[in-house]
Amino acid sequence: MPSLGADMDEGTLVSWLVAVGDRVTRGDIVAVVQTEKSDIEVEVFETGQVAELLVEPGTTVEVGTPLARIDSGSTATTSRGPEPTPGSQSEARPVPRPVPAASPARRHAGRVLSPLVRRDARRLGVDLGRVRPAPDGTIHRDDIAAAAMPAARPTRRRVSPYARRLATERNIDVSTVPGTGPSSAVVARDVPGAAPAAAKRTVDPMRTAIARTMERSNREIPHYYLSHTVDMAATVEALAAHNDGRSPRDRVLLAALELRAVALAARKVDEMNGSWVDGTFVPGDGVHVATIVALRGGGLLAPVIRDADRLDADETMRSLGDVVERARRGALRSSELSGATITVTNLGEDGVEAIFGVIHPPQVAIVGFGGLVERPVVAQGRIVAHPTLTVTLAADHRATDGRIGGRFLARVAALLRSPERLL
Amino acid sequence: MTSDEARQLLGEVLGRIAPGTDLDEIDPTEPLSDELDLDSMDLLSMLGLLHERTGLEFPETDAPKLRTLDDAVEYLVLRSG
Repeated sequence: MPSLGADMDEGTLVSWLVAVGDRVTRGDIVAVVQTEKSDIEVEVFETGQVAELLVEPGTTVEVGTPLARIDSGSTATTSRGPEPTPGSQSEARPVPRPVPAASPARRHAGRVLSPLVRRDARRLGVDLGRVRPAPDGTIHRDDIAAAAMPAARPTRRRVSPYARRLATERNIDVSTVPGTGPSSAVVARDVPGAAPAAAKRTVDPMRTAIARTMERSNREIPHYYLSHTVDMAATVEALAAHNDGRSPRDRVLLAALELRAVALAARKVDEMNGSWVDGTFVPGDGVHVATIVALRGGGLLAPVIRDADRLDADETMRSLGDVVERARRGALRSSELSGATITVTNLGEDGVEAIFGVIHPPQVAIVGFGGLVERPVVAQGRIVAHPTLTVTLAADHRATDGRIGGRFLARVAALLRSPERLL
Repeated sequence: MTSDEARQLLGEVLGRIAPGTDLDEIDPTEPLSDELDLDSMDLLSMLGLLHERTGLEFPETDAPKLRTLDDAVEYLVLRSG
């Protein structure tokens, strides 16, 4: 059972997507796991043949529990979560993991397909040539389900984690509940059953998970806070010029430039890029930036964009758009929910001028971006109104002091002011 | 495109971005971003989907003309010819 977040102790296996005897390649999606926050597609780290499935669907196990045995010549298990250190409590150490190879997506007449999508198409008898891909060529599982013959039904119905929990509590078989959520997903309101007479307040698992992380962060991490207000006139103008003439899907949003600025600064001032583990700072094996995504109806996910410093502006925008869309759809992969070396939080849209984040352990920093605010600035000896942005840093005082934090933030600010370096 | 067709298209597009959207329940004179809790990513997706369906360019400079549902319907009707 992989660890998909600092706050995760256990997960529930929802379904196996492989059987004993199947050959799997590192990066293949082999199971679906349900956490408090979302359903996640789990990738396998070994290449070989499935020898034994150790956990039954519906079972909840602790992080680190082997889920399957893969015969690859060694006795490796499906996925390694951090092992709980003996004698201590559930805070698991993050083990630096090898980057799983991307799911071997094959091209089918110019379309990019993940193994899971190909499997769905096979199972549902869908001719891939009939399925309309997204502009970037990818086909998603939803597209296959939509194209499936009316007689066939997707073998896995979407059920929100909360709905699943309510159904379990009320002893209802969730497969008998018709769904009214997106794509006929079963959501909480679909689960029949009166609230208990002693009006007990139902606990939202997503909220609980977030609460645990925030509690732990504030309990363990001595935060210090810095902020900087940046004149964004040049960058706003350069961005408009960059997007001019481009169709909507090829445009870049300011959020992508903000993320890029953080990635580049974190590569340079790498004391902010990594983890605090057992009393010492462990530098990241790359710059992997998590971005906080607010989910409709409440809750947050923080998908990770790996090696964000190596992506150009357009690539950053594509990655960002992709993980945000999949985060909201509950279609993130396990490799995208862990391994962050720094986090970005962005409340620019909500009319907030500045946001000071809460560091996600075991990271040592989180950068916050507010919205664009017109402010008077001095330019060429005159007072003019320019769009400005307040960027903040919350950092772990065990790992760094204000001077390094200041140097990092100043670098982020300098990049934000220099669109030629970001675009 | 007629007004009704534009409304229908917007309903489909917004329904994909903000599942569960019912156009009859939103105030057509208020910004869509407020009514449907859309951020810049969502708005860009909306333009992307509309571009795919209509072939119209939707330059960034026209974004203010699509702020409310009424604005968006009018824009689509005028530009689609």
